Amino acid sequence: MPKKITIEPVTRVEGHGKVTIQIDDFGNVKDSRLHIVEFRGFERFVQGRPYWEAPVLVQRLCGICPVSHHLAAAKALDVIVGAGTGYGLTAVGEKMRRLMHYGQFFQSHVLHFFHLSSPDFLFGIDGDPALRNIVGVAQENRELAVQGVMMRKYGQEIIYHTAGKKIHGTGAIPGGINKNLSLEEKELLLNGADPLNADKMVEWSVAALDFFKSYHAANKDMVDTFAAYPSNHLSLVREDGALDIYHGVLRAVDNDGTIILDDVDYQDYDKYIEEEVRNWSYMKFPYLKHLGKEKGWYRVGPLSRLNTCDFIPSPLAQKEFELFKAYTNGKPNGMSLHYHWARLIEVLHCAEMIRDLLKDPDLQNDDLVVKGEKLHKGVGVIEAPRGTLFHHYEIDDDDKITLANLIVSTTNNNQPMNTAVNLTAKAFMNGKPEITEPMMNAVEVAIRAYDPCLSCATHALGQMPLEMTIVDGNNNIIDNKIK
Amino acid sequence: METVKHVLVYGYGNPGRQDDALGNEMVLKIQDWLDEHHLRCMATDSNYQLNIEDAEKISQYDIVVFIDASKEEIHEYKFEKLTPQEDKVEFTMHAVSPSYVLHLSKKLFNKQPQAYILGIKGYEWELQEGLTDNAKLNLEQAFQFLCRQLAGWALIKKNLPIGMLSEDKC
Repeated sequence: MPKKITIEPVTRVEGHGKVTIQIDDFGNVKDSRLHIVEFRGFERFVQGRPYWEAPVLVQRLCGICPVSHHLAAAKALDVIVGAGTGYGLTAVGEKMRRLMHYGQFFQSHVLHFFHLSSPDFLFGIDGDPALRNIVGVAQENRELAVQGVMMRKYGQEIIYHTAGKKIHGTGAIPGGINKNLSLEEKELLLNGADPLNADKMVEWSVAALDFFKSYHAANKDMVDTFAAYPSNHLSLVREDGALDIYHGVLRAVDNDGTIILDDVDYQDYDKYIEEEVRNWSYMKFPYLKHLGKEKGWYRVGPLSRLNTCDFIPSPLAQKEFELFKAYTNGKPNGMSLHYHWARLIEVLHCAEMIRDLLKDPDLQNDDLVVKGEKLHKGVGVIEAPRGTLFHHYEIDDDDKITLANLIVSTTNNNQPMNTAVNLTAKAFMNGKPEITEPMMNAVEVAIRAYDPCLSCATHALGQMPLEMTIVDGNNNIIDNKIK
Repeated sequence: METVKHVLVYGYGNPGRQDDALGNEMVLKIQDWLDEHHLRCMATDSNYQLNIEDAEKISQYDIVVFIDASKEEIHEYKFEKLTPQEDKVEFTMHAVSPSYVLHLSKKLFNKQPQAYILGIKGYEWELQEGLTDNAKLNLEQAFQFLCRQLAGWALIKKNLPIGMLSEDKC
């Protein structure tokens, strides 16, 4: 009788994800689905609110990447207040936002690598679950674990000094920013006491990349074949083709590297991107309209950004990018575990950009805001750590929001994560008589590569742990495990 | 000269999600109370959620009180001593538990402060600012309790009655 296996983390009030794997009578994986309950109420919640509240309100969505939502909303409202897109701000306005964004990227990627991923690299997918965390990393390599914690702390400091607050930052406002960086703050972040300074962060970013590359060299077969598959890739790129996580045009490439979305203005994103609804999932499935649902889906995030851009505008990261591109002979890279490689190249890029920006005297300028002729529609797109993030707002003559549409990074990666889960389930579970911890972890490793965010906007005490349920073809529960 | 801080009161939650802000609100009240009593050896902090870098932060204190909203079936609040505990990594775990932060502090920084969790019962978690009326009542009860607890620790420090606490006596 066919079995259905469900791996279900019952998480926060809004965040909820589970994996269902259906197995036939012979023990082979028949189908798999990743279900994520995405919170969609926000788009209705902001309707009727004054538009200038949006950059702060959106931070209620998520305690994980509030800065990305904050900046994407602010960019959309830049258009509405007549400040233009991306490059319309004053020098200090754009550079303070960039600094905030690089800080957010840095700390988010560092958390993902050191806390979530490096344990898998150190101990393997079938390693002892008790060791697969940063404490396990510390036992194996204490220096690496401490570096991870201190790098994360440094990124948080950047956010605090640019956003103005730890919670619900107000740094970005429509048309600019509300504070510059004082000389004292600059000195603290640039030349702070060891190790919390910009040079040390660059040094440690290089070391983290070396750690990954050593692991890769010793485990090429696993890293290169685990959930590897061809796909399209989409991201922002700067108009000259450079990697740019703050602003640019939308570009997509196919598996051969052919450009299939040719540097379009994201104000028109809805001409090119459609979202499919499937009856088994609350989360939509975006795709490129002109290619259709079957062929138009794409990946986003670190791997995709390095597949779409032509170069990285910081010297150390550029050298690493050249190695990364050479590995696939210049063709797009479809290996899911190479997301980690790409992520660490971006960590290095952010560290370099933070260091260079902190030396820029424009950050102490006082011309914080620009405004022009008001419009009634604005779209803000930014590369969040996990991928391309769209915010679209429309307002009425009373400055009230009448429409909001968000496509978040995890939604963009919905089909890719489902594909990765399916490949992994088939590779690890086919023909196996029972579910083991390594099998479950393999599925998690595949999802983890994409660093999904399940909108964990609240986190009160009393959460439930990971739950796994096995049911037969009639949905009778055969087994249930709390992980 | 800067006073050495011995006690950290650390609340966390998303203030845009109704009662999830109980930890943050408590920190605001406690900071006012500390200022009023000149208890400069005690510090407060708040954030959306706990994460691995908090291990380094708490390693600098002797006593840490974590404060969070609670969905558990408790009365107004619960106050418990924490022991270090390992968490397993889930596939999207971007926040960690106070016990895990304590565990990390011990493992990475060789420091293990005396740590407690004060969970305050909440009821509503929608996209709104402001506590529910019942959560406000629970907050007040928990506040009275925590003030007594902090005063007790201050007295232990200097063996002085609460009325005599001042800037140089904490």
